[in-house]
Amino acid sequence: MTDWIRPTSLAEAVDARRDHPDYLVLAGGTDVMVGAIDRPAPIGVIDIFGLPELCVCEHDDEGRLRLGAGMSYAHLLGDARVAAAAPALVESAREIGALQIQARGTLGGNLGTCSPVGDTLPVLLALDAEIELRGPDGTRWLPVDDFCTGYRTTALAADELIVSVRLPVDSSSREQVWRKVGTRRAQSISKVMLCASTHRRDDGRLADVRIGLGAIAARPLRARATEAVLEGALPDGPLAARAAQAVLNDIAPIDDVRSRADYRRATTARLIRRWVLHLAQTSTTTNTGS
Amino acid sequence: MKLRFRLNDEDKELDVEPFRRLLDVLREDLHLTGSKEGCGEGECGACTVLIDGAPVNSCLVPVAQLDGHDIRTIEGLARQGTDGEVLLDEVQQALVSFGGTQCGICTPGIALCASAALTREPNADRARLRELLAGNLCRCTGYQLIIDALVDAASTRRGNSKR
Ligand SMILES: Cc1cc2nc3c(=O)[nH]c(=O)nc-3n(C[C@H](O)[C@H](O)[C@H](O)COP(=O)(O)OP(=O)(O)OC[C@H]3O[C@@H](n4cnc5c(N)ncnc54)[C@H](O)[C@@H]3O)c2cc1C
Ligand code: FES
Ligand code: FES
Repeated sequence: MTDWIRPTSLAEAVDARRDHPDYLVLAGGTDVMVGAIDRPAPIGVIDIFGLPELCVCEHDDEGRLRLGAGMSYAHLLGDARVAAAAPALVESAREIGALQIQARGTLGGNLGTCSPVGDTLPVLLALDAEIELRGPDGTRWLPVDDFCTGYRTTALAADELIVSVRLPVDSSSREQVWRKVGTRRAQSISKVMLCASTHRRDDGRLADVRIGLGAIAARPLRARATEAVLEGALPDGPLAARAAQAVLNDIAPIDDVRSRADYRRATTARLIRRWVLHLAQTSTTTNTGS
Repeated sequence: MKLRFRLNDEDKELDVEPFRRLLDVLREDLHLTGSKEGCGEGECGACTVLIDGAPVNSCLVPVAQLDGHDIRTIEGLARQGTDGEVLLDEVQQALVSFGGTQCGICTPGIALCASAALTREPNADRARLRELLAGNLCRCTGYQLIIDALVDAASTRRGNSKR
């Protein structure tokens, strides 16, 4: 019979993980339970769903919003602090699964699976989020870009837990956009997704541009070549075209059951172009250069 | 593993293999066969039950996660009147009146999901109801009569709560 551990505190959970690195860490189960009936039951489970310390959402002393890994999508959708700091994260959560999945699926589970189609990951990339990991030796923080290491692989060690996600203080002042392309709005796995964020300088030029993309490579990634084209530039039509060209060097899509590589390339380029055109249209500075 | 939980307003104790799916325990051990298996993968909502009032897919929940929680299945959605008569939930009554069901496989999940959604969002309109029910697939009806029924149930409930 599967050994079932239900820790009542984070400290207990960390101890259980140290003692049983071979046990399954279970949150809402919306990833691990898919197809589980066709596999042997795990020898043990560390059940962290609803653990109070993993469900906190609070600002730290420096004003950074810290979101517990155990927060469900329903949780995220109902929290005004998340809406203020990370509207793009709320938008992504709204389109994940449907009510039933949103009630169980958690932020930590999306990170733990680290699928190329994990919807929150491009958002966390575009917001410079950091991930809090805790093990027997204490806590470490990793930029989300370093946390995702490849196709469904992460930097999480066998004796560590994902504890929280931290957003930089400046996330609420970033203009954020979230776009998911799929077959229908609910219950659909993305063909392409984009989250982008930027600041604008007083002269209207873009600053600290961050672009997270999903479903276009083995792992969610930052579009660094595109970011370099946009950084310090004034958004206008020609810039949109150059950025849309640059993004083709950032991605490596494949053909699969959900879409084709050429569709993904064309769609990613279009999403980038539309975002930059949107920035041009909403610019408060008159752009005399184009 | 020994579990204690509330099931349809009654206290339950159960000794089960903890990793079994809630759906299987309901159907096979407790003989509550109202919850259906459509896909077994969280996509279709036919297995929907309410845990602490929230709709979830029972095909994705290992039964051990029920411990200490409150579960409602379709068998527990209708209430008993004072004379022992069955009082259907407004959503159930509307599904009957509008003919919002054919083979019936999706119906228990739709009734539970809609009933819970309307408790939380009594003012949900037709468009919002479609969104709230997006995780419940129906292969028979084409949805129109289901949504018509839910719109009607929403207004019945609002009327009842004013009285
Ligand atoms: C029908 C359906 C629709 C879906 N739609 C979407 C969608 O639109 N977009 C999307 O991105 N995903 C979607 N998913 C996938 C899934 O719901 C999400 O990835 C969800 O966030 C997983 O969270 P969970 O808590 O259920 O994870 P679980 O299944 O419990 O765990 C997932 C993995 O993370 C690990 N883990 C979880 N928490 C921790 C922690 N705190 N520390 C260490 N490891 C941990 C687990 O060990 C496991 O490896 C869908 C799934 C289904 C079944
Ligand atoms: S059987 Fe559970 S969602 Fe389809
Ligand atoms: S009535 Fe047959 S699936 Fe809906």
